[in-house]
Amino acid sequence: MDTQSTNQSNKRAIADIPVRRRLPLRLLAILAKSPVGIAGSLIVTVVVVLAFIGPVISPQDPLSRNIRARFKPPGFVDESGNSYLLGNDQLGRDILSRIIAGSRVSVLVGVVSVLISGTLGVIYGLISGFIGGPVDSVLMRIVDGLLAIPFIILVIAISGVVGAGLSTLILILGFTGWITYARVIRGEVLKVREMEYVLAAYALGQSRLKVMFLHILPNVVASAIVLAAVQVGVTILAESSLSFLGLGVKPPTVTWGLMLSDGRQYINSAWWMTAFPGIAITITVLGVVFLGDWLRDFLDPNVRGRA
Amino acid sequence: MDKRLVMRGFFISRMLQLVVTMFIISVVVFFILRLSGDPILVVAPDFFSQEQIDQMRKFWGFDRPLGEQYLTFVRKAITGDFGKSYLAKRPAMELILERLGYSWILAAASAAIGLTVAVPLGILSALKRNSLLDLIITLMSSLGTAMPSFWLGLMLIIIFSVHLRILPAYGALQPESIILPSVTLGVGMAARLSRMTRSAMLEVLNQDYVRTAHSKGLMQKTVVMRHALRNALIPIVTVFGLQLGWLLGGSVVVESVFSWPGLGRLMIDSISVRDNTVVQAGLLFFALSFILINYLIDVIYIILDPRIKFQ
Repeated sequence: MDTQSTNQSNKRAIADIPVRRRLPLRLLAILAKSPVGIAGSLIVTVVVVLAFIGPVISPQDPLSRNIRARFKPPGFVDESGNSYLLGNDQLGRDILSRIIAGSRVSVLVGVVSVLISGTLGVIYGLISGFIGGPVDSVLMRIVDGLLAIPFIILVIAISGVVGAGLSTLILILGFTGWITYARVIRGEVLKVREMEYVLAAYALGQSRLKVMFLHILPNVVASAIVLAAVQVGVTILAESSLSFLGLGVKPPTVTWGLMLSDGRQYINSAWWMTAFPGIAITITVLGVVFLGDWLRDFLDPNVRGRA
Repeated sequence: MDKRLVMRGFFISRMLQLVVTMFIISVVVFFILRLSGDPILVVAPDFFSQEQIDQMRKFWGFDRPLGEQYLTFVRKAITGDFGKSYLAKRPAMELILERLGYSWILAAASAAIGLTVAVPLGILSALKRNSLLDLIITLMSSLGTAMPSFWLGLMLIIIFSVHLRILPAYGALQPESIILPSVTLGVGMAARLSRMTRSAMLEVLNQDYVRTAHSKGLMQKTVVMRHALRNALIPIVTVFGLQLGWLLGGSVVVESVFSWPGLGRLMIDSISVRDNTVVQAGLLFFALSFILINYLIDVIYIILDPRIKFQ
């Protein structure tokens, strides 16, 4: 066998190794090919950036009232030359500034409660699928029971009993959202558990705990990430519904759901109070949905490369 | 084995499953409402003396051990007795039965709108795959999924009730009152279903029997309606069952927007005044309807697909 070709294949093998390190770059290259991915990541980036630097670029103070600017329609300019691009609410507060301020709650609720629910759900599914047998049956029956109560109704009932507030709401959404992951992750674990590399790990004398966390967990993470993306959207929608119903975040914290609840009271006269916060929610969730779609195509090897 | 015997076995095992699931739900529902600690302190007026509070606690049975309280709750619930509403001073069951009809009508109308919009659009989208039409339908369906349903409801009120003044915005006094709430929920339902219809059709259109049907010289319409759609219906029905949870959940918020006198609005109203017996009964009813409809869907499956085995 000629050394040259061995050399070359070695080189190729070496060249393949650092691919891991270049993952962000590779990710960007793949992203560039997908319009849905671009749109999704662009929207999500803008919303996250707004949440962080909102106060710096906000045209007005989202909480400052102005009696002379009450119910002014979009495009209103007051005597001192301040313009209110999306109009004003019942207290003369600038709607654009309040939408920017509201992004903070959406991002916070979306990210933190999904981190909580994702962690819980993955651990639950991992344990259920890995242990199997009667433990698995019991754990899955519990999930079935909980799934029969529609998510938003469960959350509404709990927050009605426990009381409202931003941190309470994040915890409630976090501690109920895990149900969605449990079943899917368990299914994945059942598949991965039978893989040869898991058997090999056992054969090498690794403990069950090590196999569970080092060999099975990393292989179900992709599904968890895709689910998490979907859940961020669901959670943002749930937060806005709860705040709208008066069971979520309380004023003076600015949230899109609360803005809609204000808007509803003046629905006969000031359509802009209702229209714009809803558009903000829709665009944000759309971005998350797009990003989730793209992540699924990217992370799931079964559908990768499909149009 | 005799088919009828197998079928009976299937129904019995499903009923057993139903009982287990309902047991778990009852535990969850019972304990959720005790998350706040002492349920009496929530409803007792501030000016009550300790003695009066103790009396009230005894009256409602909250002085008993938790396990005993749960057993009493289940024993009564089985006979349809969920206790009296703190507020209305009437049995919770009575309040729920009054509203149930409204909720069912709304859910049925929304589901009907969702299906009649989603199935044709999904088929069209799959047949004209990657065309401009497909792109538009797919985008619309993503948009419909991302939109908060209660916001869509508010926008419909602004357009049709405030500006055009052609449809009522609140209540259920006229027959037209159902139009806006059912369209609101129907759009969300259609958005979720059309996406699934599209992928189910795409899957089926690639099957050998569809190619065979085409090569037999059958018309496109016959192939789609007779051969493809019938097989695509199975995954569509599955998704429909799953999205039912969304529909029931969405109806709670949408009923509030339109003051539709259904179960959802009763729940929200009861939650805001902490009328816990009604909330408890409402939660159980939502869970039970969700389970029963999915049970029904399993039966529809058997009718749609003779290959499905009874397990």
